[in-house]
Amino acid sequence: MKLKENISKYIFLTLAFSSISALALITVFIIINGVPIIAEVGIINFIFGMSWAPSHGEYGIFPMIIGSVTVTLGAAVLGVPIGVCCAIFLTEFAPPTLSKLFRPAIQLLAGIPSVVYGFWGLLFIVPFIRNFFGGPGLSILAGSVILAIMVLPTVISITEVSILALPKQYREGALALGMTHWQTIRSVILPSAKSGIVAAVILGIGRAIGETMAVIMVLGNAVAVPESILDPVRTLTTNIGIEMGYASGTHRQALFATGIVLFIIIMVLNATAQYITRKKK
Amino acid sequence: MKKHFIIPILLLISCLTAACAGSQSAAFVVAGSTSVQPYVEKLAEEYTFKYPEKVIDVQGGGSSAGIQAAESGTADIGMSSRNLRETEQHLWSIEIAKDGLAIIVNPENTVRNLTLEQLRGIYAGDYTNWSQVGGKDARIHITAREEGSGTRSAFEEMVMVDRRITARAIVQDSNGAVRQFVSDDPYSIGFISLGLVNVGERPVKALSIDGVAPTYGNVEEGYYKLFRSFLFVATEKPTGYSMDFIEYIRSPEGQKILKDEGLIPEFRIYSD
Repeated sequence: MKLKENISKYIFLTLAFSSISALALITVFIIINGVPIIAEVGIINFIFGMSWAPSHGEYGIFPMIIGSVTVTLGAAVLGVPIGVCCAIFLTEFAPPTLSKLFRPAIQLLAGIPSVVYGFWGLLFIVPFIRNFFGGPGLSILAGSVILAIMVLPTVISITEVSILALPKQYREGALALGMTHWQTIRSVILPSAKSGIVAAVILGIGRAIGETMAVIMVLGNAVAVPESILDPVRTLTTNIGIEMGYASGTHRQALFATGIVLFIIIMVLNATAQYITRKKK
Repeated sequence: MKKHFIIPILLLISCLTAACAGSQSAAFVVAGSTSVQPYVEKLAEEYTFKYPEKVIDVQGGGSSAGIQAAESGTADIGMSSRNLRETEQHLWSIEIAKDGLAIIVNPENTVRNLTLEQLRGIYAGDYTNWSQVGGKDARIHITAREEGSGTRSAFEEMVMVDRRITARAIVQDSNGAVRQFVSDDPYSIGFISLGLVNVGERPVKALSIDGVAPTYGNVEEGYYKLFRSFLFVATEKPTGYSMDFIEYIRSPEGQKILKDEGLIPEFRIYSD
């Protein structure tokens, strides 16, 4: 009996360990492959270099950092107000029947494959932008709209959870003081749930900055610092996605190095989100 | 208690078998340029139809990946739509066909002809408005292929020479995506394989270059200057299955297929 217990324990341990070792393997792999080129080009030249031309030995990813930042900011500007308002509606105003309909629908939104978002964006959002705003259509705006929709489930569900987690007494106390429903939301609920909402936004941003497939189809992938939101742009993720098939040698190393930068950005974002939610408790 | 014990065992066994089951098929692998791929797929289809016992596995990945795969032995034959670089000269290669490079614009565009200098100027970013090259007053939306693409390097060699494609160019990752975008956007310009100009739902217009229309005959006769070679690459002169397939492509039947698909069949072995 003891033996059986032990054997099954170690089997589970091995399997559990394999999931962690996958993370370790990936991390080690991208670092081994990416660091040499950063060392060769120089970290300042790599991160702040304006020209990306692997066939001419130029590896500067600054336009793509700008690309990732602008597209993600655009997604946050469009998506966060909608997401937060939707969460407030679901927790504060929606009758139970309506929220029963809303929640699965929002979860469904999270279940749509990103390539479908991209395809829809290419056939619907891109021509719309081209016809009504001008430019080629493949643009920061198109990417931001797609990503705004894609981050909604993350923003809504985390905001909702953090509002629902507030002690009942907050609301009851506010109402007892004679506040209206809207005053309660504005001056009690939202400030108390602030850290949860900020975490929701940061995790949403993390989701947006890591997204590849959907934006590769609608961004246009030009490697230049954009002048307007109607210009095509390339993000860190799409740089890897669009060039990996053909890359070899130092070009491939440079793509791994792009991956390292992305990895660090996402780790910082996640750590910030965790720090904010923990500080609360 | 028994149940608790069985589940992890099953999991472990499934992991091990998944790891052990390698692919052991008799197929030979042709991999590389996505420009060459559709034509070789067509040839492989006909070939397998004729010789059902021979299975050909045609994969994409791009010219550089294909050459690498041939060098490392991952593929029996590599397909390339660019010439071999200096570091790759030790490989055996054969030209299976020539392909014209078409400069395409939207059918609504009034421009019909560009000189090679104008084309270079557009892609270098000197001309940014269609009115500068005889068209409407509208910004030019330049579309190019990604770094490492054989079509891009062919375009750079033939058109750009010592200039560079502007960083402002929209980058798409396949002939099809470039064609799709150009067919949608009235002010765009792109370059794709000549054989693919008429493949698709919505039309695009192929421009004349220096007054020469990109027709099959003009490429074959050498009047239309923008063409490139499609290569098969291997570590050494292939034998067996691979050579049979190459012989099939060289046969009148194979040549007819290439010709029907819009390529110019040509055979030149570069090194034996």
